[in-house]
Amino acid sequence: MPNKILGILEQREGKLKKVSFEVLSVVSNLASRLNLEPEAIIVGNEIENLDEALNYGVGKIFHLKNENLANYSPSGYADVISEQAKELNTNYLVFPNTALGRDLAPRISVRLNGGCIVDCISYEISNGEVIATRPVYAGKALIDVKLKSDIKIITIRPNVFKPQKKEKSSTASIIVKDIQSPNLKTRTIEIKKSEGKLDVAEADIIVSGGRGLKGPENFYLVENLAESLGAAVGASRAVVDAGWRPHNEQVGQTGKTVSPSLYIACGISGAIQHLAGMSSSKYIVAINKDKEAPIFNIADYGIAGDVLEILPKLTEEIKQIKS
Amino acid sequence: MNIAVCVSHVPDTATRIVIGKDEKSIDQSGVTYIINPYDEFAVEEALKTKEQFGGEVVVISVGSDSSKETIRKALAMGADRGILLKDDSPRDSFSVAKALADEIKNQNCELVFMGKQSVDFDNSITGQITSELLGYSCITIVVDLKIENNKIIAEREIEGGKEVVESELPAVITAQKGLNEPRYASLKGIMAAKKKVIEEKPALQVDNLTEILKMKKPAPKSPGRILGSDSTAVSELVKLLHEEAKVI
Repeated sequence: MPNKILGILEQREGKLKKVSFEVLSVVSNLASRLNLEPEAIIVGNEIENLDEALNYGVGKIFHLKNENLANYSPSGYADVISEQAKELNTNYLVFPNTALGRDLAPRISVRLNGGCIVDCISYEISNGEVIATRPVYAGKALIDVKLKSDIKIITIRPNVFKPQKKEKSSTASIIVKDIQSPNLKTRTIEIKKSEGKLDVAEADIIVSGGRGLKGPENFYLVENLAESLGAAVGASRAVVDAGWRPHNEQVGQTGKTVSPSLYIACGISGAIQHLAGMSSSKYIVAINKDKEAPIFNIADYGIAGDVLEILPKLTEEIKQIKS
Repeated sequence: MNIAVCVSHVPDTATRIVIGKDEKSIDQSGVTYIINPYDEFAVEEALKTKEQFGGEVVVISVGSDSSKETIRKALAMGADRGILLKDDSPRDSFSVAKALADEIKNQNCELVFMGKQSVDFDNSITGQITSELLGYSCITIVVDLKIENNKIIAEREIEGGKEVVESELPAVITAQKGLNEPRYASLKGIMAAKKKVIEEKPALQVDNLTEILKMKKPAPKSPGRILGSDSTAVSELVKLLHEEAKVI
């Protein structure tokens, strides 16, 4: 019987997150290249779209179920996942590199006596071993790294690996395991959602604003453009430190490192810390008055003009093309 | 309450990273080191907690002699004493956490603060590993913290919002920007820090679980096109995004 590779899926409010399908695709790919048996674990209560997970080339999916595990509990999730992984005698585990996955993966590593590599953006197989590539120094450098432990755990950055549907495997099935009295020593008692906002860490398009907007009262221009694109709003460190925007919008070295398909930098000159956090975006647009600004060195398309004048026009044209 | 705060000595975020000759680490020449920015929030929260409950704040760092500068910085902010767990060779998060957990046990600290990640290797896992080794609760990426009796209520940042998490002491808390406003070290604090004790001892010897095979720079992005200098360039931009880049 081949050894196992387990994907740890993530749900929010009883719905599988998109990154779960990315995890399944990585698990299925690694399984075929390393001759492992691909399986998955999901922790939660009722999960409405769990059936969809069967279409990504993975066999059994273990649904570890309890109503008190509907929301994240570090102690509860770590207990049930590590027990299930031990029972299955798994060699590899793949987590999403999210607030949840990044919190859990190191805990599970200790419990399984394994090591982990976080925030993997690509990998190759060399001599039967996974060599993962991940950014360090907020993306100013990359490292190729491998695990020396027997049990190997990696977390994958969302939006980087493409979810790939496959023919359903003959063993594809969902196995529900009811969990009795989970360990709720550390548990979520409430979720405070940011009102109707997409998060920069998960968005496919990000519109970010900087000091070129001249004041917090002009940020609605960035918000309007983001809305027209279905994008998240980001901010430079300068405007977060000035109190114009909340810190969870900050992109860069002491904020979030992002790699969306499209990043529109509005009135951002491009300090080295900011560039580190967003330069791996697929396409970059810069709008800035100063044509010598460093942001233009990495932008695919630029307009060297006044962001206050350009943004309303841009929003209007995007609305037209979308309609 | 005995409180530990773990700090890390890292390259300034303004550093231009140059890959070293070994192609496995950065070229250290001309690099300025600072206290890890997230650790400043951890130090501030440790000091606030001490002000509320009394006790002692001990600063612990794993690293070479130069890490003393960062310990000294935390002492200048108001921490009571420091411990340097000395090791000149590079460590991954697992061997850092093992050394920290070993010392925290010695120090009998029931509350441990550290930054949510250090801005060099950006792992963001040391806190969780340390807590597992100690058998402590752990809440990561914390932006708000309340402690009452043995109970902890913390808010942690997640995608699109915050989780309000309840737990209990003893615990490890990892600090995110927004948790507090770190105080500046006063002149008096800086003078006092010079007299505070930094105890040195060898870090627990363990093997790394990860091995860096190569460090490299990301492929450089070549500068693109400047389409114009006013809103007349907007139509071309939208057309390029739609037809060439196909991202909208």
